[in-house]
Formats: sequence, C-alpha cells, structure tokens
Amino acid sequence: MSEAPYLLAVATVSAAVTWALRALPFTALTPLRANRTLQYLNTRMPAGVMVILALYTLRDLPLTHLRAAAPLAALAVTVGLHLWRRNALLSVFAGTAVNVALTSIVFAA
Amino acid sequence: MGLGLMPMGLAFGLLVTHTGLPWWSAPMFSAVLYTGAFEFLLVPLVATGAPLVTVGLTALLVNGRHAFYALSFPLHRVHGRLAKVYSTFALSDEAYAMTTGSRADSWTSARIVSLQAFMHFYCVGGAATGALLGSLLPAGVTGLEFAMSALLVVLALDAVRDRREDLPTPLSALLAALIARLVFPDQMLLGAFVLFTAALLARHLAGRTRHRHV
Repeated sequence: MSEAPYLLAVATVSAAVTWALRALPFTALTPLRANRTLQYLNTRMPAGVMVILALYTLRDLPLTHLRAAAPLAALAVTVGLHLWRRNALLSVFAGTAVNVALTSIVFAA
Repeated sequence: MGLGLMPMGLAFGLLVTHTGLPWWSAPMFSAVLYTGAFEFLLVPLVATGAPLVTVGLTALLVNGRHAFYALSFPLHRVHGRLAKVYSTFALSDEAYAMTTGSRADSWTSARIVSLQAFMHFYCVGGAATGALLGSLLPAGVTGLEFAMSALLVVLALDAVRDRREDLPTPLSALLAALIARLVFPDQMLLGAFVLFTAALLARHLAGRTRHRHV
C-alpha cells in the first residue's frame, strides 16, 4: 500500500494550499472592510454558503432509486426536528441515526 | 457542535482504514487539513497514488470557497499574532458558520479561538477513533457520512432564520447550487459559489441604481 513519505507529502501539499486559501485573503480584503459592496456581501454570504454546502453533500443522491429513501427520510427527520426543537445536536444525531439504521439494515445490499 | 463533528470524524476514520491506508493517516489529514469535504475526496485520490500536482490542484479547487470566508469571519476580533495564525488555519466551514451568526456578535477573542480548537480536537479525535475502530466495526454499518449533511442542513436553517426577512439570498444560493450541479458537475462547489456571488453583486448593483433614479 501507499508509502509513509508519499502520505506525508500529500498532507504537506494539501495543507499548504488549504491554509494559503484560508489566510491570504485576509491580507487582501482587510483594507476593503469599509467598502459598501463588501459589507453587502458580508451580511448575506453565510446563509447562502451553508445552503450551497448542504446541497453539495447531497449532490449524488440517487433520486430515481429506492435506496435514496434512507437519506431523504433522514433529511426529513433532521429538518423536522430542527424546526421543532432548534437543538442542533439532537437534529444531527437523530438524522444520522435514522440514516445509519436504514442504510445498514433496510437497504443493505 | 463538537459532537456533531465527532461522527463525521468517525466516518472519515472508517473510510481511511476501509480503503487500506494506515490508521495514523486519518488523524494526520484531519489535523493538518481540517476540511470535511476535501478529506473525504482525498482518500480515493491517495489510494490510487495520485501525483502531488493533482492533489494540490484538487485542494485549490475544492477549498477555493475558503477565500470567500475572509469577507465575514471576525478575524479582527481575534487578538494576538499566534491566535490569528491558528484562527486562519482552523477556519473550517463549521467554524465559519458558528462565528458569523448573530449569536456570535459579542464573542471574545478567547471564545472564538477556543471554539475552533475544540471543534478541531473533536474532528481529529473522531478520525483517530474511527480509524482504530475500523477493523472492529462490522463492514455492514454504513451511512455515518450523513452526519456531515445533517450538520450543514442545520447550520443552513439557522443562518436562514437569522435573516428571515431576506429570502432571496438562500433562494439564489439554492438556484446557484442546482445550476452548478447540472452545468459543472465536476466543479459544483466552486461553480455554485461564483454564481451565488455574481447574483448577490447583481442585486446590490440593481438596488443602487434604483436608489439613484428615485
């Protein structure tokens, strides 16, 4: 299997790229914080970014297959519980439990 | 919150050992990358021995979204050089979501940094545990990776509720994601962010010209 030096090199390269992407924009954007357009983006970005990320993790949902019923049921449980109780931990935990139970037992191929 | 990241770390650790990579690579990747989506994408790449250039390029494209986070992450409220360095290093999707909501407006520097460290620790701990448990857990147990979707859905619901008077924003994000999924299926994340930002800018400009005419 893969050698340790290769794995370490992969970790180094991807960590360097990731950190650069996280840190460098601050030096470029900080002087522009007072900019009206950036303030407009600033207040609206978070909600949209979360919506996009959530959809991204669900991008390969096989909607035409029966086994998509598991993540869809889990999604309904997560959203329903969260609208009702507003407890993030409970919503995530219950949704994941439903998905694990359904995919491991009911839809186990 | 940390407990929400734990199952994700566990799922990542399980994936790593199931792919046949050494167990220690799970906590290692978790610690130095700390970015859920990319970690999961990295495993098949590494398993096939992808060249470092491919790895670097994938990191650039998948994590390109982090560049947007500098717009609203409250780094100006984090004090001290070392704390700032760590804070940018551990600027994950979850950290961004937690610190940009209205409830975080009054958080101190120490609170922001310790929250990041806490989530980072849970993620690495989960990855190590998952990798070590990998051989013990029956292979039939699947679906743990849903924890990541559930977490993001919850964060999205909270973020939308924070600004409930502003429905066009989540709707344009939804549309951007669907269009990107159909048009650039391989670059959905980056495509969706670019489209969403363009839509926001267009709205902003339209609003400004309207004001000028009135």
